[in-house]
Amino acid sequence: MTANTRVNLARRSFLKAGVEAGAGLTLGVILPPLAAAQDAAPGLPGSGALVAGRFEPNAFVTIAPDNTVTVISKHLEMGQGVYTGLATLVAEELDADWDQVAVSAAPADASRYNNLFWGPMQGTGGSTAIANSFMQMREAGAAARQMLIAAAAERWSVAAGEITVASGVVRHASSGRSASFGELAEAAARQPVPTEVTVKDPADFRLIGKRVPRKDGSGKIDGSAVFTQDVQLDGMLTSLVAHPPRFGARVNKVDSAAARAVPGVVAVHQIPSGVAVVARDFWSASRGRDALQIDWDESGAVTASSATLMASYRERAQSAGLVARSEGAVDTALEKAANRLDASYEFPYLAHAAMEPMNCVIRLDEQGCEVWNGEQLHTGDQMALAGFLGITPQQVRVNTLFAGGSFGRRANPQSDYLLEAAAIAKASGGKAPVKLVWTREDDMRAGWFRPMYFHSLRAGLDAQGRPVAWQHRIVGQSIGAGTAFESAMVRDGVDSTSVEGASNLPYAIPNVSVELHTTEVGVPVQWWRAVGSTHTAFAVECFIDELAHAAGRDPVEYRLELLGEHPRHSAVLQLAAERAGWGKPLGEGKARGVALHESFNTRVAQVAELSRMPNGGFQIDRVVIAVDCGIAINPDVIRAQMEGGMGYGLSATLESEITIENGAVVEGNFDGYRVLRIGQMPKVEVHIVKSAEPPTGVGEPATPVIAPAVANALFALDGKRARRLPLGVNS
Amino acid sequence: MIGFEINGSAIELDVDPDMPLLWAIRDAAGLTGTKYGCGAALCGACTVHVDGRAVRSCLLAVSSVAGKSVTTIEGVSGGAAAAVKQAWLELEVVQCGYCQSGQIMSAVELLERNPSPDDAQIDSAMRGNICRCATYARIRDAIRLASRSLSGRSEA
Repeated sequence: MTANTRVNLARRSFLKAGVEAGAGLTLGVILPPLAAAQDAAPGLPGSGALVAGRFEPNAFVTIAPDNTVTVISKHLEMGQGVYTGLATLVAEELDADWDQVAVSAAPADASRYNNLFWGPMQGTGGSTAIANSFMQMREAGAAARQMLIAAAAERWSVAAGEITVASGVVRHASSGRSASFGELAEAAARQPVPTEVTVKDPADFRLIGKRVPRKDGSGKIDGSAVFTQDVQLDGMLTSLVAHPPRFGARVNKVDSAAARAVPGVVAVHQIPSGVAVVARDFWSASRGRDALQIDWDESGAVTASSATLMASYRERAQSAGLVARSEGAVDTALEKAANRLDASYEFPYLAHAAMEPMNCVIRLDEQGCEVWNGEQLHTGDQMALAGFLGITPQQVRVNTLFAGGSFGRRANPQSDYLLEAAAIAKASGGKAPVKLVWTREDDMRAGWFRPMYFHSLRAGLDAQGRPVAWQHRIVGQSIGAGTAFESAMVRDGVDSTSVEGASNLPYAIPNVSVELHTTEVGVPVQWWRAVGSTHTAFAVECFIDELAHAAGRDPVEYRLELLGEHPRHSAVLQLAAERAGWGKPLGEGKARGVALHESFNTRVAQVAELSRMPNGGFQIDRVVIAVDCGIAINPDVIRAQMEGGMGYGLSATLESEITIENGAVVEGNFDGYRVLRIGQMPKVEVHIVKSAEPPTGVGEPATPVIAPAVANALFALDGKRARRLPLGVNS
Repeated sequence: MIGFEINGSAIELDVDPDMPLLWAIRDAAGLTGTKYGCGAALCGACTVHVDGRAVRSCLLAVSSVAGKSVTTIEGVSGGAAAAVKQAWLELEVVQCGYCQSGQIMSAVELLERNPSPDDAQIDSAMRGNICRCATYARIRDAIRLASRSLSGRSEA
């Protein structure tokens, strides 16, 4: 980033909106329709709005006469701190006082609020929120600042160049005049929109890189923050749905007489996904659902079971798959190698299990449809609902609320729970708003899991222990196939999310082959925090550790020697190793393990420190994390995501597992699907690499690194290689 | 009609006596700070105080609190509550925030009973509260900080 970057806004012109008396200033950025239309693949969500060619202001900043600066977030706040991050970017360039800044959720609108990395689609995922918004939000803040200065210059009849802005106050030093943003808001809104803005030299940042309080902190400690579960509308009814006991089963016959007799139950509807009970509150709906007599048609049900499925995956891995990466001649190199190693790794299905089970509120009205949701795939869901209801996307008004976690789940490629709610609202004749509530069991058994995978790896070492060949075969379901994302995600039969983290192996090995077998099972699968890396990082980082051991080398040194092309990888690895005291003795019954992985352009290294427990199990005492995510916008939010992302990965490392038996999900609640509890949380240290590179995401990249770090530490502890997740608490 | 006290005010609810207290609080009394997470007393998101003791409200029949005093996140107050909330903000504990009402209710009860818990006591008191964002390290630190601020105040 060069000093005082001047941004020519011809490419992204600014527009004002809401220039009404007392309305203050609203600013935003628009994309010229031509450029946007070129990005808009036919049939993809959002293309409709853009084809219409409307110049709608993409408003990100509002300054009200009461001096409140409201930053409009196009992204979902699901805990990752994006409200704070986006507000920081705007407030930095606007020179606002942090306390005057509030954040509100943008409506769903592909033409104004699209994710710049996703073309004409609005959504939050892939750790892109800050990365795609970095310049967009800064430019929005800088333009608003420039208009406030112009308004002040006009009012005071002074040169704009003599005016300064700091902490929400516009000042003309030599005349001693000053005004708040609020006092200038209306006049600023009448100023011409700048065609060019200047963003700050990073040396002048006073918010970026500093610790500022989270914008969503106080509402989340006094119960006032509103999640979808908390939405209460006049006349609203609550619905629970009885889903089939096995994937692929359908309703044959329903006897709903007893359910209808439950006090509070208003209606029972058969819908495509099951049988919905609509009632005045959750308890009535729940009792009503318990009283349903449903005869399920299981003739088309999935018959797969986890154990037999894994055995078949193992078999598939015996043969070559579709090529995701190929360099050199792996077979020949393996044959000639001085030493050969092989290992296989197994991964179960995983549920996201966000604390807030899936839910949403839908109201059908004369204008179309209004939705309340922790909305992660704004315009995808908008399009799906419009299609289902036979209305235009613009008639689907989306209110985005805080999500009680998501980890990818609320960005469902088939809009599953939203369409279920819409079906209920439609079946109810649209008479009342309907809140669909899933119980924990509904949420856990609905599927959309991180797929089950089998990995088979072979490597050849030369006489000096250097790797000369690396063959990596992956077997499992595709997340993208059959979705609107297929064309973007699947190339020549290879779903990039099945192989990411493996196909971009950073280690310099002359002969590399990464292959994929895609399976079809009928168990719905979806992206789960860090997606492909949740399994590829484990396989790659455990196997490279095995190679280092076979070569008789230190695992950190061995990796560093193979990372010549990747200085940022090397730097995070070195930082984590140094801060963890790598190489220093730990004492009896203790050991360290290391892992390094890049996902979403962010590099993370972790060192886990383990102790053997008297009962034969182990305890994770400390985890040292180093991260390179470019410019650190909010260091404390980054630390929080590193801690929490690691902790989320630790659940899957130790205990979490979804088991399929004859097409049904065995686990239903947190007794069977066990997740990390406080006593299992290690001490965590986070070290952020100082960087001037553009920011990259932090929501996901910490998650996949902990499992291999722990497994490698376990090997260092007792010489046994763990090749299946979860490891189990008493490994 | 089931009568009890909620956050210091008397309330009478005309609900099924078997309705779990959680849904009586949320759907009948309209206080939504207390969350549904599992419905099986496994996650702690629904934690409230009944006569000062932390309980999981998702399995407890509302009839069993007749005549008792219920405190939710909206009404929790006193020295320990203030210290916990302050520490939660100072250490930026929250992420998604959905479990935090329950976490705070458990932490407040712990410090009311034991103002100076050690790490094992903190882990034991908080083990019933799941946080999928894994804010656990900060929860532990915040309880320690709240404990220190409570003892500082009593010494002052």
